[in-house]
Amino acid sequence: MNTKNINTIFWEDERVDGVDKVTGKARYTAEHSLPNLAYAVFVTSNIAKGTIKNIDISKAMAMPGVLDVIYYANCPVVPGYNSNAAERPKNVSEWRGHKVLYDNKVRFFGQPIALVVADSFENANAAIRFVKVEYEIEKFETNFDKARLDAANLKAPINYKRGAGNTKTVAASVDAEYNIPIEVHNPMELQATIAYWEAEDKLLLYDKTQGPKSTQGAVARTFGLPEKNVRVIAENVGGAFGSSLRSWSNVPAACIAAKKLNRPVKLVLTRPQMFSLIGYRPQSWQKVNIAADAEGNFLSINHEAISSTSRYEDFREGIVDVSKFLYACENVTTKYSILPLDLSTPIWMRGPGEATGCFALESAIDDLSYKLKMDPIDLRIKNFTTINPENKLPFSDNNLKACYNYGKEKIGWQNRPSVPGKLKENGLLIGYGMAVGVFGAGKGAASVRIVLSNDGKLLLECAVSDMGPGTTTSMTKIAAEAMQMPITKIKFKLGDSDLPPGPSQGGSGTTSTVGSAVDLACKTVQQKLKELAIQFAPVFAGATADTLEVKNEMVVLKSDASKNIDIIGVFKLANQDKIDLIISSTGKTPEQLKFTSNSFSSHFVKLGVNPKDGKIKVLQVVTTGDAGKIISPKTARSQMLGGVVGGIGMALSEKLEIDHTTGQITNASFGAYHVPLHSQIPAIDAWFVNKPDMNVNDIGAKGIGEIALIGFAAAISNAIYNATGKRVNDLPITPEKLGFKIAKV
Amino acid sequence: MKPCNYNDARRGFLKKSAAVAALYLTPTVFVKAFAVDAVIPTPIAKEKLVITINGKLVQMEVDARITILNLLREELAYTGTKKGCEMGQCGACTIHINGKRTKSCMQLAVANQNNKITTIEGLSTTEQLHPMQAAFLKYDAFQCGYCTSGQIMSAVACVREGQAKTRDSIKTYMDTNICRCGAYQNIVDAIEEVAKTGTKI
Repeated sequence: MNTKNINTIFWEDERVDGVDKVTGKARYTAEHSLPNLAYAVFVTSNIAKGTIKNIDISKAMAMPGVLDVIYYANCPVVPGYNSNAAERPKNVSEWRGHKVLYDNKVRFFGQPIALVVADSFENANAAIRFVKVEYEIEKFETNFDKARLDAANLKAPINYKRGAGNTKTVAASVDAEYNIPIEVHNPMELQATIAYWEAEDKLLLYDKTQGPKSTQGAVARTFGLPEKNVRVIAENVGGAFGSSLRSWSNVPAACIAAKKLNRPVKLVLTRPQMFSLIGYRPQSWQKVNIAADAEGNFLSINHEAISSTSRYEDFREGIVDVSKFLYACENVTTKYSILPLDLSTPIWMRGPGEATGCFALESAIDDLSYKLKMDPIDLRIKNFTTINPENKLPFSDNNLKACYNYGKEKIGWQNRPSVPGKLKENGLLIGYGMAVGVFGAGKGAASVRIVLSNDGKLLLECAVSDMGPGTTTSMTKIAAEAMQMPITKIKFKLGDSDLPPGPSQGGSGTTSTVGSAVDLACKTVQQKLKELAIQFAPVFAGATADTLEVKNEMVVLKSDASKNIDIIGVFKLANQDKIDLIISSTGKTPEQLKFTSNSFSSHFVKLGVNPKDGKIKVLQVVTTGDAGKIISPKTARSQMLGGVVGGIGMALSEKLEIDHTTGQITNASFGAYHVPLHSQIPAIDAWFVNKPDMNVNDIGAKGIGEIALIGFAAAISNAIYNATGKRVNDLPITPEKLGFKIAKV
Repeated sequence: MKPCNYNDARRGFLKKSAAVAALYLTPTVFVKAFAVDAVIPTPIAKEKLVITINGKLVQMEVDARITILNLLREELAYTGTKKGCEMGQCGACTIHINGKRTKSCMQLAVANQNNKITTIEGLSTTEQLHPMQAAFLKYDAFQCGYCTSGQIMSAVACVREGQAKTRDSIKTYMDTNICRCGAYQNIVDAIEEVAKTGTKI
């Protein structure tokens, strides 16, 4: 890796919260304890659509330890469930999403219809089966493949057109359809909420959320509380990948139960409930038509998409956007509609939109390369652009060519057969494939509190959360570098809505957004420290702040390092115990807005397909990231490795199965929904360009989380084609789809 | 349901707790009122459990249905052992029972009389990290940290049972433990290093 030579003199290598995580001390939502805690478990519907004719809770209520069974008929009226917008105060909106325990309507399979609350988990769990429910089943539709064929089912199309259409001679073209099933985030930590009304109008929540502030807002709106009366704590988040970007039904349900029973309530979803209650990557159909001239110049790209949503909310993501800007092309049209089904609402899942779009576009480009008899990397370079063709702004930086060079060399691209199905090793058909990923590199507003104390320690606080990428570590490192002080003297606190506002952790924006605020806060505190030193330290009498610098825990005269005073000394002389500030940084500045900013990636795969049974074994992966400066090499590399693992799952095994005759989800467990395991993961080389992108923010860093996965499924698909000559555009790619018959056991 | 006035609903909801609290001061009456047509619930047996957890002898009355996992997490505040599926499919709850790696969600507490339990909290007996914990830290063998306790408990067993001879044998042994963040390569690196040092763990 080239990430060792980064100029970061002070940092240590390990995660700052690593010891807590390897010793079991790190506490996750459900692990917080409150006195007199009650346990809640959802009873969920086993139909997809209908009306509850009758619920008999009497038997469940009589079970030992059961405190309450809450359902629509005995649920307190939740102010934010009010659907009459005109009656609401202007600044208050309603609960967004499914209104849990609100009415007798069933809108999707697995919908919570009652909440059993008991004095122990065992008692609650034992009682759920005694809640007797009678339904009147209504006609439903869960079959995306069938429903999308009728245009009348489609909703909210958005069209885009650039250029007058191609008039040049087409040498080769591809016109293909792509299907991606519903994929489920399945983080290891179960979605959980502990709700506790500390006072009649004051709520404490431990909640698994990627955004403590966004949960605080949602809860305040729903229950008619001032935001300051709602405190949301998410100290550690056990993975989420997008699934905790909004508050789901577990949040109001726990709050309702805690209010009704006047005691703290813990509600933890079960693993099967994780498949229907916290969103998923929507199912999608795409059609890509791409044409090129004999040199490989793209003459036109048409990208059409449909993705699924629920009946009660419109969810859409940027599926077709990538075709508008990743490659130079004058003539581009896109069309994107959504298709409501009788399912719960989807949510962004790692690499949202682009992961779906890149699978189609990057597969199509690979397909085109064979028709043009061109190397697929050369074809991409041919259409490389430094200007975003959609908004005509220059990319703040685009180092994809460096990514290609590294990947090509390390995967052994020269061994790739230009004609598919021609290479065999150890009895396997060998294929090489590559694909590109891209995601926007945003920068939003954030605030941090910075406290430099007279013991020389630095504390930083922000209400962002860390779902796993290592935000605590990277923020500490940004502070260490800005302050030129040891990482061990710095503490970064997050995951609490009481802290200064930060963004939800999502869209690969945390490092850029919060990191910029941390950097600014450190620079501000240094300035204050210099001013104190000038005022109180005789050695700097008459000096100006710009002649001083702060490093090695000292204030030093730049021109003569022998004139210095340590931080503790400055506070002593000033007779002050701390500098304590709240610093806010803004979104992109006008200067930064002159660019369009993205992180890029390219993924290279070598795999083998067994010609006897079609089994696919990924043999080697090289993944490359262009994400500006790499703040924390170790955790950044881990994010790339994780993207590869997620990408292997997306390409080869992950699919939510629905029985369309009943609308029931039939594989809601790890035993039946197959996420990648240890033995499916080959040697992975993760590499970064590691070139600061100073056009995006002052720290030069861009996000990694999404680009780690985006494009990866196409790299696998392309390698499978290279190995077998068979192109499968329906994920996941299985031996059956490659034409192998699987013996039924 | 008909929408109602937001402010009325707000006041009504927030006041709820006081009235309901009074009701819950009289739980027996409350239960009877709802139990008219109910079956008479079977009394849930509390059983005496004698078990050793991380070297400490624990004697207590437990719900006969409680799993070791829930006993650890809900009753004894050993929250280092994680709940990921409660179906024995993810490995997050892996502990050692009498030295053998075991998924604690699949074990009833009362079926483990006199057994010796080791959890992640009991892996190192001193201030020092266990070599496997240190290796996980060194190789960044986790991201969110939620599967980590289970991975480490399995990893220790993998080395102890002599299954860490090759990367492939490590992977096969560790297929019981899912990591959704995808730290697999780093986990294998960590196990391989501990195995190579030959330290008795």
